[in-house]
Amino acid sequence: MQMTDKPLIELVDLHKYFGNLEVLKGINETVHEKEVVSIIGPSGCGKSTLLRCMNLLEVPTRGKVIFEGVNIMDKSVDPTIHRRKMGMVFQQFNVFPHLTVLENITAAPILNKVMSPEAANKKAYELLDTVGLADKAKEYPQKLSGGQKQRLAIVRAMAMDPKVLLFDEPTSALDPEMVKGVLEVIKSLAISGMTTVIVTHEMGFAREVSDRIWFMYDGVIAEKGTPDDVFNHTKNPRAIEFLSQIL
Amino acid sequence: MISNIIRIWSKYWPVFMQGLWNTLWIALVAIVMGTFFGTFIALAKMSKNKVLSTAATVYIEVLRGTPMLLQLYFFWVGLPYLFPSISDLACVLIALCINSSAYVAECIRAGIQAVDPGQREAAMSLGLTESNIMRKIILPQAVKNILPALGNEFIVMIKETALASVFFIGELMTAFKVVQSNAFLALEPLTIVGLIYLVITLTLSKGMKTIERRLHAND
Ligand SMILES: Nc1ncnc2c1ncn2[C@@H]1O[C@H](COP(=O)(O)OP(=O)(O)O)[C@@H](O)[C@H]1O
Ligand SMILES: [Mg+2]
Repeated sequence: MQMTDKPLIELVDLHKYFGNLEVLKGINETVHEKEVVSIIGPSGCGKSTLLRCMNLLEVPTRGKVIFEGVNIMDKSVDPTIHRRKMGMVFQQFNVFPHLTVLENITAAPILNKVMSPEAANKKAYELLDTVGLADKAKEYPQKLSGGQKQRLAIVRAMAMDPKVLLFDEPTSALDPEMVKGVLEVIKSLAISGMTTVIVTHEMGFAREVSDRIWFMYDGVIAEKGTPDDVFNHTKNPRAIEFLSQIL
Repeated sequence: MISNIIRIWSKYWPVFMQGLWNTLWIALVAIVMGTFFGTFIALAKMSKNKVLSTAATVYIEVLRGTPMLLQLYFFWVGLPYLFPSISDLACVLIALCINSSAYVAECIRAGIQAVDPGQREAAMSLGLTESNIMRKIILPQAVKNILPALGNEFIVMIKETALASVFFIGELMTAFKVVQSNAFLALEPLTIVGLIYLVITLTLSKGMKTIERRLHAND
């Protein structure tokens, strides 16, 4: 929405194998600061794997992941430090069931020793306020709906003040009536200038908020461009086929 | 027979109670120490370090694959070479602790691996250190799976301590032997001892079920 040309994440010749199965077949892409990138493509083409390689939840077999100028795949680099600057939101929410809503948010800043418990609590309440969950602070996640859990997961990722948020199909596990609220939260973050990479099947949303779309097919980025380029003017037969099925 | 049982109980009940007390504390010490060491063995077995994980696997397989009675004899014969003045009871206790550490290690490992892998991923994505992930995210959730299994191990251990009566260390089966040789009756004291085991194990498993239900109240 207000993308810069300053690279934040650079993927250089990225390959990932699971055993003999080559899932990523040479990815060369850059995510710029304040950019919103949507990754679309058929199921099983490697979207989650690509996203998870960005914060090294999956370790690429070959290539470079350069974050803020540092190749975080270097043996000398501790990925833990870099993950603190990259928030991630999962399809299955993965909120911590044994912690209260508030503790879900404060856990990382307190355990990572970047905030005092008081400061972390204050920030957590502010974050909860932005997603309408302040009154649930003392509850356990079990009491929340799917949509509320996902909004909690989003502000939990925000608590470390990340430079980028990675979303892996954040609304795919939600009941239809919950989807809108979660997308609105993501959209308002994107508008506020948060660098965002989102794997999604919500094409309307991708078209509306993205600076760029990556269409992925069989382990490569087969087509990319602005939403208008990809949704209206692509010549790529795979992209045309995919879009005709999903739209 | 019933009248004999009553007579033996009223005459020898302090012997049986002493035996029960010994059985309970021996089993408890075995489980508590077994849990302490078993935790490290479980972590070693799950470690990425091949040497550690292989050593832990061998340890667990040897202890689970050989009879408890053999292990008791092994330590009862072996330990006095290292510590000449060691008592029979100490040998038995050490053998039980080591045996229990192997079983408990498997309970702990299973309990940890039953935690949704998404929990670890979420914690990793927040930049938590490995030790914080384990201590603050995984273990607190694994405890719900582990505690009931530990309770079962305790019940199993209560029954297993009976094997240690071959060394006459004063637990419930030893009490039976004492009463048998004093009263010249076997079936009656055996029935009494059996009933005591039964009452204890049934009570404990009922208690475990209650605790288990409480633990999962938040799910
Ligand atoms: N941990 C894994 N082990 C083995 N194969 C995997 C693993 N994760 C993903 N795959 C395989 O990699 C391919 C791409 O998966 P994924 O990145 O999840 O695709 P998408 O998110 O686009 O649906 C699939 O064929 C999937 O079965
Ligand atoms: Mg996926």
